[in-house]
Amino acid sequence: MNSYALIPEWVSISTLAMLALAILLALFRLMKGPTLPDRIVALDLIAALCMCFAIAYAISSSEVRYLDIAAIVALVAFIGTVAYATYLKKKYL
Amino acid sequence: MISTILISAFMLGGGLFSLLAAVGVIRFPDVYTRMHAATKAPAFGILLLQMAAALYFASLYAIAISLMVVVFIFLTAPVASHSISRVAHLLNIPKWSDTVMDEMEDDPDIPEPEKSGKV
Repeated sequence: MNSYALIPEWVSISTLAMLALAILLALFRLMKGPTLPDRIVALDLIAALCMCFAIAYAISSSEVRYLDIAAIVALVAFIGTVAYATYLKKKYL
Repeated sequence: MISTILISAFMLGGGLFSLLAAVGVIRFPDVYTRMHAATKAPAFGILLLQMAAALYFASLYAIAISLMVVVFIFLTAPVASHSISRVAHLLNIPKWSDTVMDEMEDDPDIPEPEKSGKV
């Protein structure tokens, strides 16, 4: 149907599994994290991992439109992280 | 055949680097070292995965959006981590007990942080 290269199924499945495990570990740090900057770092990491997941899913499902998700999440996550830092600075200093 | 091997290697490498970033965020002792793991490794993982996507789809659209995302991530990840770590230092988040040097603490241009643990 399409002319894309054939990727073995275990490659995409194991990549998605590694990314899911990474998101779980980052969620653990988000819940545990002793201070507020720890949680912000964990949220930043989760945004980056969601971008990775969207790209890997775009490859595994041969759908080029899913690459847009990564671009949008990159734009929003940067603004969000800087906004968290500015909020902390305004509130506690 | 060649492209299959390259795309598979890039995908597995990107997933592995992202997993290593999460392991570093779990295992490292304080917020500054955690930020070191959480900022650099996923940027490299995104680079590898976007290279895999650009090779796989091989269209102008995919290559352009991959290039855009990679350039944007490599420009903004240091800015974001710098702003968080500066705020963490100003808030007196405790450092690891084996920390070797802290240039920000001795700098006379930076105001003395407040000595209360409010966060």
